[in-house]
Amino acid sequence: MSEQMTGAEMVIRALIDQGVEHIFGYPGGAVLPIYDELFQQDKVRHILVRHEQGAGHAAEGYARSTGRPGVVLVTSGPGATNMVTPLTDAMMDSIPLVCITGQVPTHLIGNDAFQECDTVGITRPCTKHNWLVKDVNDLARILHEAFYVAATGRPGPVVVDVPKDVQFATGTYVGPEEARRTRRHTGYQPPRQGDPEQIRRAVRLMRQARRPVLYTGGGVVNSGPEAAKLLRELVALTGYPITSTLMGLGAYPASGRNWLGMLGMHGTYEANMAMHDCDLMVAIGARFDDRITGRTDAFSPGSRKIHVDVDASSINKNIRVDVPVVGDVAHVLRAMIAALREDEPAKPDALAPWWNQIARWRARNSLAFRPSKSVIMPQFAIQRLHALTKDRDTYITTEVGQHQMWAAQFYGFEEPNRWMTSGGLGTMGYGLPAALGVQAAHPESLVIDIAGDASVLMNMQEMSSAIQHELPIKVFILNNQYMGMVRQWQQLLHGNRLSHSYTEALPDFVKLAEAYGGVGIRAEKPAELDDAIMAMIETRKPVIFDCRVANLENCFPMIPSGKAHNEMLLPLEANDEAALAQSFAAGKELV
Amino acid sequence: MNDTMTAKPAPTPPASAYFIEERRDPSETHTLAVLVDNEPGVLARVIGLFSGRGYNIESLTVSETEHAKHLSRITIVTTGTPPVLEQIRNQLDRLVPVHRVTDLTMVARGRGQEKPLERELALIKVRGSGEHRIEALRLATAFKAEVVDATTEHFVFQLTGPSSEIEQFVAILQPLGLVEVCRTGVAAMNRGPDPM
Ligand SMILES: Cc1ncc(C[n+]2csc(CCOP(=O)(O)OP(=O)(O)O)c2C)c(N)n1
Repeated sequence: MSEQMTGAEMVIRALIDQGVEHIFGYPGGAVLPIYDELFQQDKVRHILVRHEQGAGHAAEGYARSTGRPGVVLVTSGPGATNMVTPLTDAMMDSIPLVCITGQVPTHLIGNDAFQECDTVGITRPCTKHNWLVKDVNDLARILHEAFYVAATGRPGPVVVDVPKDVQFATGTYVGPEEARRTRRHTGYQPPRQGDPEQIRRAVRLMRQARRPVLYTGGGVVNSGPEAAKLLRELVALTGYPITSTLMGLGAYPASGRNWLGMLGMHGTYEANMAMHDCDLMVAIGARFDDRITGRTDAFSPGSRKIHVDVDASSINKNIRVDVPVVGDVAHVLRAMIAALREDEPAKPDALAPWWNQIARWRARNSLAFRPSKSVIMPQFAIQRLHALTKDRDTYITTEVGQHQMWAAQFYGFEEPNRWMTSGGLGTMGYGLPAALGVQAAHPESLVIDIAGDASVLMNMQEMSSAIQHELPIKVFILNNQYMGMVRQWQQLLHGNRLSHSYTEALPDFVKLAEAYGGVGIRAEKPAELDDAIMAMIETRKPVIFDCRVANLENCFPMIPSGKAHNEMLLPLEANDEAALAQSFAAGKELV
Repeated sequence: MNDTMTAKPAPTPPASAYFIEERRDPSETHTLAVLVDNEPGVLARVIGLFSGRGYNIESLTVSETEHAKHLSRITIVTTGTPPVLEQIRNQLDRLVPVHRVTDLTMVARGRGQEKPLERELALIKVRGSGEHRIEALRLATAFKAEVVDATTEHFVFQLTGPSSEIEQFVAILQPLGLVEVCRTGVAAMNRGPDPM
């Protein structure tokens, strides 16, 4: 089934054969032949953004919420360099992206031609793999391989750089099947099943554990819905307490009995203490990054550690583990559960003392905050947003900062793929375009970007895309007029010198929404919050919700960096000290 | 020495978003063999990995070794602590065009040997006349270096051997009119009948 066609036609044809329905992009000289082909078909829907970075994050949101690769089409030079941030973001968070970039014609490569840049050179460290296609007869095979590489093993972003003359040239198209047979990189074979011997060792440790904890991450979500189902089964079978990283929220339901809440720098006291004091840690699709471990030499000193990960380089990178299992989470969990079932079930009360200990930690109520009748507390705003949206078909994205942590702490996620956030790179400006991508994939769902007033301005231009494509995203800004997270660090670590973390001239977000053709809503008092949120939910248009919250609230609990898990700052204890520091904030009244 | 001098308080580390940890494990030198698809950019991927993640390269040698399969073999001599060496192997293995990574030093140790077979080739140009010239030639004979080019004014020696031997030869020739050195970097494989 090989056919003759131009390179530009091949691009569209390959997308169709890969089952792609939406792509996010921005045209320019070096991709015009592909745009011309896009124009002449209606199978692939193109969503025009306002900045290539927006296309990248939109594709990430699309990928994360569907489990399928997100696709981006941008031009050479500035189009490609604008993609560097989303590619890096996707690399850090293991999001499958296929980014097609235009390139100057092959005979001009290396000549400093107009809008030329070394795209494969620039994106090499921030992609899982990339290709420069110099012969049209390689194009189809490479495009299909690009989808394969992006989506298999530990997922990630890939770039296919297509010079303009290759787009014009005619060659032979091959379909996905034939491309698989003629694949070049035969050495790329991501592991799937874990080593049975290691799984047996893991299960043996699990049988003996008296103070176990499951520490799960984004790998569970990436492995697919089956992995989340198996994880729930494992929890039911073992009765283990479970915590998760920022990236793994929703794989186990927040309403589940064994849920400890998120762990790490802003995780709950019970989650971090359980990690510190456990005798067995079962890490599943999580990578022990520095926001999770705190100081590594004091990290969970008394535990044996099992680590399940599809990427062998994640194992023993930061923390030495006792039992490494390299494989896909779903496959490994299935084998573990089967092995655990072979034996007689553990006595249900074997873990009772451990659960009693956990109950005492829980009683510290580490997410407590001072309620207020006069100002909206940001935590309260998330609680209300959760209460009013949890029974709907809701997806949440975030920007980066305090609001992101409060969203993670107070919005209870029940299912995987419902929570899109920039974890590894911490990219301000991620949430709004990500919401756009999620909404494109789920047009009937409620898609909310929980935003900060500073972050949201980084890709605000995508409101215009939302209007154009009738994607009724909701941008819920916890407006504290500060780069809150920066201010918090300055307060705690830099003598309360609030260097450039106050935004002097914020726009009027309601008017801004209207200027884009959307709807603006503002809430300033706790009493008006519910009605305003309901009004937002019921609006079938893009909304910017300006939620005026307490300006100087800090995000707790917090493990100050360089401290161990059992050295957390807890909210009510920390706040008095913080309140002192706050009073120095020039010109700001204490709220 | 004044013992009563008041000790300065240890400087407090700056407040940081990161935990700054000093690692003091001893470093080791290992030789890795990496089998890769021979395609444009593959060397850049490998080198970029080393520079991007702060690993060391002491020597790097590359050539296509299996023409039919378009496979190249890259030999890398690197230093690092054992955990870093493990990371290097795993990170290399993660690259899409990489087929296989073998730590030849580990394999050798596993077989009770100190090191794998390691050879380097060097071309060494010496210029001069009289006593120095005769002395240079005598040393070359002692080192079993070959004369591959000569005039009345110079010699080019070719020496093959372990890197340490080449180091030694070059050092000795330094005062005898050494003007140019070119080395290939290390080629290595394990001893014994078994392939990698
Ligand atoms: C692109 C980018 N630049 C800078 C930062 C550093 N940074 C992290 S959080 C933050 C402040 C975010 O402020 P805002 O969006 O208002 O959220 P808040 O913390 O107030 O909830 C900054 C500047 C970042 N994460 N990303």
